[in-house]
Amino acid sequence: MTIAALNANPAPAILPGSGGLRGALSDLFWRRPQLLLLLMLLPPVLWLGIVYIGSLFALLAQSFFSIDEFSGLINRQFTLKTYGDLLQAANLDIILRTVTMAALVTLASAIVAFPIAYYAARYARGRWKALFYLGVMLPLWSSYLVKIYAWKLILAKEGILTWLLAKLHLLWLLDSWLSLPVVGGNSLSVSFTGTFIVFVYVWLPFMILPVQAALERVPGNLVEASSDLGASPGQTFRNVLFPLALPGIVAGSIFTFSLTLGDYIIPQIIGTSRLFIGQAVYSQQGTAGNIPLAAAFTVVPIVIMGFYLWGAKRMGAFDAL
Amino acid sequence: MTPAVSFQKVSRHFGSVHAVDAVDLDIAPGEFFAMLGPSGSGKTTCLRLIAGFEQPTAGSISIFGERAEGVPPYRRNVNTVFQDYALFPHLNVLDNVAYGLMVKRVGKAERHKAAEEALSLVRLPGYGARRPGQLSGGQRQRVALARALVNQPKVLLLDEPLGALDLKLRENMQEELKSLQKALGITFVFVTHDQGEALSMADRVAVFNDGRIMQIGTPEDIYQRPSTRFVADFVGSSNVLPPDFVQRYSGQHRWGSLRPESIRVGRAASGEGVAARLVSTNYLGATTRLALDADGLKLHAVVPAGTVLPREGEAVVLTFNREHLHLMDEPA
Repeated sequence: MTIAALNANPAPAILPGSGGLRGALSDLFWRRPQLLLLLMLLPPVLWLGIVYIGSLFALLAQSFFSIDEFSGLINRQFTLKTYGDLLQAANLDIILRTVTMAALVTLASAIVAFPIAYYAARYARGRWKALFYLGVMLPLWSSYLVKIYAWKLILAKEGILTWLLAKLHLLWLLDSWLSLPVVGGNSLSVSFTGTFIVFVYVWLPFMILPVQAALERVPGNLVEASSDLGASPGQTFRNVLFPLALPGIVAGSIFTFSLTLGDYIIPQIIGTSRLFIGQAVYSQQGTAGNIPLAAAFTVVPIVIMGFYLWGAKRMGAFDAL
Repeated sequence: MTPAVSFQKVSRHFGSVHAVDAVDLDIAPGEFFAMLGPSGSGKTTCLRLIAGFEQPTAGSISIFGERAEGVPPYRRNVNTVFQDYALFPHLNVLDNVAYGLMVKRVGKAERHKAAEEALSLVRLPGYGARRPGQLSGGQRQRVALARALVNQPKVLLLDEPLGALDLKLRENMQEELKSLQKALGITFVFVTHDQGEALSMADRVAVFNDGRIMQIGTPEDIYQRPSTRFVADFVGSSNVLPPDFVQRYSGQHRWGSLRPESIRVGRAASGEGVAARLVSTNYLGATTRLALDADGLKLHAVVPAGTVLPREGEAVVLTFNREHLHLMDEPA
């Protein structure tokens, strides 16, 4: 367009008026951005406040009630008796078992997830990156129950794993592992080892994705700078990559740790008859009808996670944020 | 004397892209050496080849006489000041500066003392406890410098270190870097696309284009006696004169260059010279830059501020001293 043609157009108004109701509304929101923020936040805050936190408090309140041993009715008077029950040897056993399992699952997930996340963040480009996301997310698209039953078949005595080890003449390895106390059992599908493997499998994506996001934010030249200053690849990992990935690892471990603490299906299908917290809650509120004890059990993971995050912060896990 | 850095027919090809192509280069110990060129000319790749981040696809590199191919960056006594500083965000300033000593397992007290001294050297004493995020661009720049210098490198590489600073700060840092280099006697290799920076700071300048070195010489050589059209145009935007034009004034059928400040602009009636038309004037403060059109040949002249000038569009006559007309090596 020539300058002459540009000048031939009628000059637009300097301050054209707003266009009707929609225009007036958007002008109002532009002038008072807090109003828009309030309107947008109101529904989620109501949901979070009432449905989410509210029911959590209702649960918490339940844990301070007790159950009448004879009638099985709930005595709605404040007491710490239910928490006292938690400390009984059998219940304490359940808590310790669950926390140990959650810690091991978290550790293993972090170790398995890091190289995958590192590859995806540093090297994968274009098509490979898409393939990475697909590979990590695909297991999440299929039913949780189907996956667990599939694992039961894999780990069973007649399953593919036993068959494979037999072909490799490594059956003695499996047998000697299964003969160990605590982690062993008749077959992998009825041992804590099996429970552990399936937990790691199911929660792994929740560790990979935050670690990958954290590593993605580490500028490549920090790795070069570290190397330039004389750090070997191992030193660069310890002093630069790991500290900068730590917020991601902590975020991922919140998922793996708390999901393991609360799960009741995996240990039910793959594992021994000894209970985890989730199963204890399930049986207390169901067959036993002891809602207060179930509620008290539920409070345990919340308290543990609180301590965990507090400790992580104390150790400087969020310094790089 | 063994050169600090020596390139023999060094190439770095990325597939079909020839980032660095058969470059020969000798940098003397204690020299302030600038690599000048437009972006994508291969100067940064050359720097990365010295640092060890890249390996040559052909040719050989030696640092103080030792062959450097296959030696990883962490086993080279060479340090880099990165373009965007690359300070570690999770460490405070003191630990950033002490990093190189920390990975060499120098004790905490000793390395913190050395880091504190390096911070004084770059005039940031007492900043150790801060985080890089709390510093200004100029301060980060100094921390990056201190972090490299604390390792007492044999060669210090600087990748456009002043690119992100504002003009005033940049001029200060130029002087400081220059005097620091003199005081420490370390070989500095400085990459820049700013010809003013290269000319004012360096002992010698290599002008890069398309992965090759166009010319190596002192700033004066490069500025006064460019060997190719590219150098003449890139360094100080000289007027590049075609062979036919040059022949009229020097008798030789070769490409020539004429600095804008060598051209005098007179009124059309004032006598002999190149007839031209004044296209536009650009006021630059200390000088005024004139765009001229001499019968289709576009020329630039720079005159001191305050010169009485003809009006835009008027006919003018251009004159210059014959000795200012520089003939280039490039064939016509």
